[in-house]
Amino acid sequence: MNLVRISRGILSSVYFTTRQLQVSGHKCLRLSHYTKHLKPWIHRGFSSMSHTGPPVVSVHPSRAMVDEAFKVQVENLPLGSPVTLHSVHQSEDKDYWEAFGHYFSDHRGTVSVADDLSCGGTYTGKEAMGLLWSMRPVPGSREGLRLRKLNVCIPQLVNISVYSGHVGGGFREQDPLASVLTERWYMAPGVRRIGIKEKGVRGTLFIPHGPGPFPGLLDMWGGGGGLLEYRAALLASHGYASMALEYFNSAEVNTAELELTYFETAFNIVRDHPQVMSDRVGLFGLSLGSIVSISLAAWSSVVKPRCCVCISGNHTYARGGTIGGVFNEFFKNLHKVRMDENNYEIWRGMGLPIPDDISQKVDVGKINCPILLVNGNDDQNCPTVESAEDMAQMMRAAGNEHLLTRLKYPDAGHLIEPPYSPHFRATKFLKDGQKVILLWGGTTKPHSDAQEDSWKKIFAFLEQNMYSSSDPRAKL
Amino acid sequence: MDMKQHCVKLSVQPSRGLVDEKFTVLVQNLLPGFQLTIHALHQCEDGHSWEAFAHYTADATSIVNVSQDPSLGGTYSGVEPMGLLWSLRPVPGSKTGLRWRKMNVQTPMGVTISVYQGHQTEGFLDQVLLASVVVERWYMAPGVRRVPITEGRLTATLFLPSGPGPFPGLLDLWGGGGKLVEYRAALLASHGIASLALDYLTAKITRETGKMVDNDYFETAYRVLEQHPQILGSRIAMLGLSFGASVTLRMAVYSQVVKLRCAVCISGSHVQPIDGPVEQINALFNKNIDKIHLDKDNQSILRDMLLPIPTDPSLKVDVGRLQCPLLLVVGEDDQNWPTYESAIDMREMMERAGNSHLLTVLSYKNTGHLIEPPFTPFVRASSFRTVTNPPFTMMVLWGGELVAHSLAQEDAWRKTLVFLRENLYGGMKHGALFSNL
Repeated sequence: MNLVRISRGILSSVYFTTRQLQVSGHKCLRLSHYTKHLKPWIHRGFSSMSHTGPPVVSVHPSRAMVDEAFKVQVENLPLGSPVTLHSVHQSEDKDYWEAFGHYFSDHRGTVSVADDLSCGGTYTGKEAMGLLWSMRPVPGSREGLRLRKLNVCIPQLVNISVYSGHVGGGFREQDPLASVLTERWYMAPGVRRIGIKEKGVRGTLFIPHGPGPFPGLLDMWGGGGGLLEYRAALLASHGYASMALEYFNSAEVNTAELELTYFETAFNIVRDHPQVMSDRVGLFGLSLGSIVSISLAAWSSVVKPRCCVCISGNHTYARGGTIGGVFNEFFKNLHKVRMDENNYEIWRGMGLPIPDDISQKVDVGKINCPILLVNGNDDQNCPTVESAEDMAQMMRAAGNEHLLTRLKYPDAGHLIEPPYSPHFRATKFLKDGQKVILLWGGTTKPHSDAQEDSWKKIFAFLEQNMYSSSDPRAKL
Repeated sequence: MDMKQHCVKLSVQPSRGLVDEKFTVLVQNLLPGFQLTIHALHQCEDGHSWEAFAHYTADATSIVNVSQDPSLGGTYSGVEPMGLLWSLRPVPGSKTGLRWRKMNVQTPMGVTISVYQGHQTEGFLDQVLLASVVVERWYMAPGVRRVPITEGRLTATLFLPSGPGPFPGLLDLWGGGGKLVEYRAALLASHGIASLALDYLTAKITRETGKMVDNDYFETAYRVLEQHPQILGSRIAMLGLSFGASVTLRMAVYSQVVKLRCAVCISGSHVQPIDGPVEQINALFNKNIDKIHLDKDNQSILRDMLLPIPTDPSLKVDVGRLQCPLLLVVGEDDQNWPTYESAIDMREMMERAGNSHLLTVLSYKNTGHLIEPPFTPFVRASSFRTVTNPPFTMMVLWGGELVAHSLAQEDAWRKTLVFLRENLYGGMKHGALFSNL
């Protein structure tokens, strides 16, 4: 028998087939996919003479939401043999991200990632989702990459393969024994996506499927800017009508001139939507978005958030003025920026020490809704934990500390994303028109654990405050 | 109960699944004793609406879990995790004789699952809707590739599983209604088997020449699989339903070209004139048209056309000569073909010949002719358009009873996949490949 093997380029991670996706009657996008095999090859390793057929790798569910766990299994392997499970994803920016784990098949020739231990690779131990959260740019990639889905109407495609032996790299140059494609979605079926362009506000509103009305959320990202929809799409998939707000580094909005009124208007757009419960609208922010949320909750006489989720934020900002003004103040402390051994910028010093002067901080004693703070102890960008401690003291003094819940995660960094997202320890950032690399912090495994745990707790918090009856003490 | 309206939470996991995967329907935040109706609505490709519904009463846990709690009435009753799909039927006022089939497998089947207050049986659009989600059911797993095949003058579609391969192959044949029906082949490819759906009654070549295809057409289809660079030429199976089963048996036993690793025959028979072209099978039916009789609802029962099972060996495939494992799936209430009687006769022939160790028969009570992939809505009778020239339409009785037939579809599919896996992949006994079924 002939073993003919033609080496070929990477597995078909560039992948196209034609289909239309219907989103609750609203045609979201016609997406074209076509399958491109870079080089056909003939692999006759498993010929007619062998007793068993080829190995099979499977992922259940094959189509899932990005925050849903999956089970990866391989069957029909030689017994007790070393194999490598590998995942690869090509981002919208055309970079490749990959992860891998080293396993041994058992006496039945199977490997179950959820049950077995990885003994090497980008993750080790029993990690059902390690092939996603431990992903990093493939060797040779550009520096400082961050993975963020811009088009949420189509899924993220991840190719999972199994290779013979314990492979540490060069996956492109080898043939896998088997591989399978899996889809990870930000939008559940039936969720509607509506572009918002009114009263000067720019954003995208996601409405869950169903009669409604639904609790609402204003979703704000941070200083990276632009319009990032993926978290709002996910929140809507969980039953919260959510608007991703564009407010920073935007071509559409003049950020420097923005005042609190912009965010109040945005909040009211959500509140006034016919499918939103007007007395159940909350704020959800990360980094600068958290700062905005805390400010609104304390100072706004116009908006009354039902609750706030603030990830990696702080409260050391004086009242009034524009966002531009806030940043001017912030940049007065540039001399406090430190560089690490890789020349990545550490900004956390700029926010320290926490001032004693209350006029230099958001008056959190005035907040009268539940607020959840989610922080990483290893946040190198923002002194979130110190800030949270100070907020607790201020609220204790004001008598509203019972509204505050603090989550703090050891060895987690600044960018606490939805679960299974790769860990971004340091990525490119535009500072005053200049590209620098900022150190966000965190160690991958604890940071990924923090992402998973915080997401669960965030939903428990939202469920309690947005879906339950108005008196939380009635729930036993 | 305004607060109730805001609180009821409905979730279906997974929200996007393969058509043969189970889902979990969960309703939360209910008050104990609360009565609700869970309703499923689907609009098929022809624009007809299908619905199913079930009545539940929340207990002290304030949760209704369709996989664990009993339906108190509706289109199904008792604990039925997938009842909302298999009990789908045309909404009141629909045309009669409808049959549910997905012809475009590249888009999912969309089902809207809703929760209504109270135990409702009709007029759902006017009821108090508490929550609703959309669920997608796919025939094609991610990465499965659909490849139209026209070489060798075939009218066919090849579905290749996700991944580099190579994969075992399968030739998939439907029955006397003709057309190029892709969904089962797409689903099999989603389970790792490169499958070729073949139109052999209404193929382009027949439409152009007016002549029915013959043995060489199927042998060409087999060769397409055998020679494909991503298919293992020595691991090819054939699966046929109804008329397709007749062709499968004929090829498995008599063809010099087709060498099958195994064969599956659903709702089929070995009764056919074995000399002469495939066309003769049709001729046999035409000769026995007077044996069709109507039931009290004017539905046509065709099973007697092939009865009694002949003793003349030239009138049935000599299954004693079969050299590969054969799985027969039989509905004991099949009103369209005499599959039960045929299976008995086939077993006798194989026992006499000494190859009955190759035979496995799955026989299901109260199950009809159209044994489809799991959770496919059941129809006891439907409008059938013949492929004759000129064609005519009649209401055909397929047989079967809703619950038994639906259970049979689930069981038969699971066992068919195990059979195919064992014979095509060899050695795999447990596992994840089909664990969610």
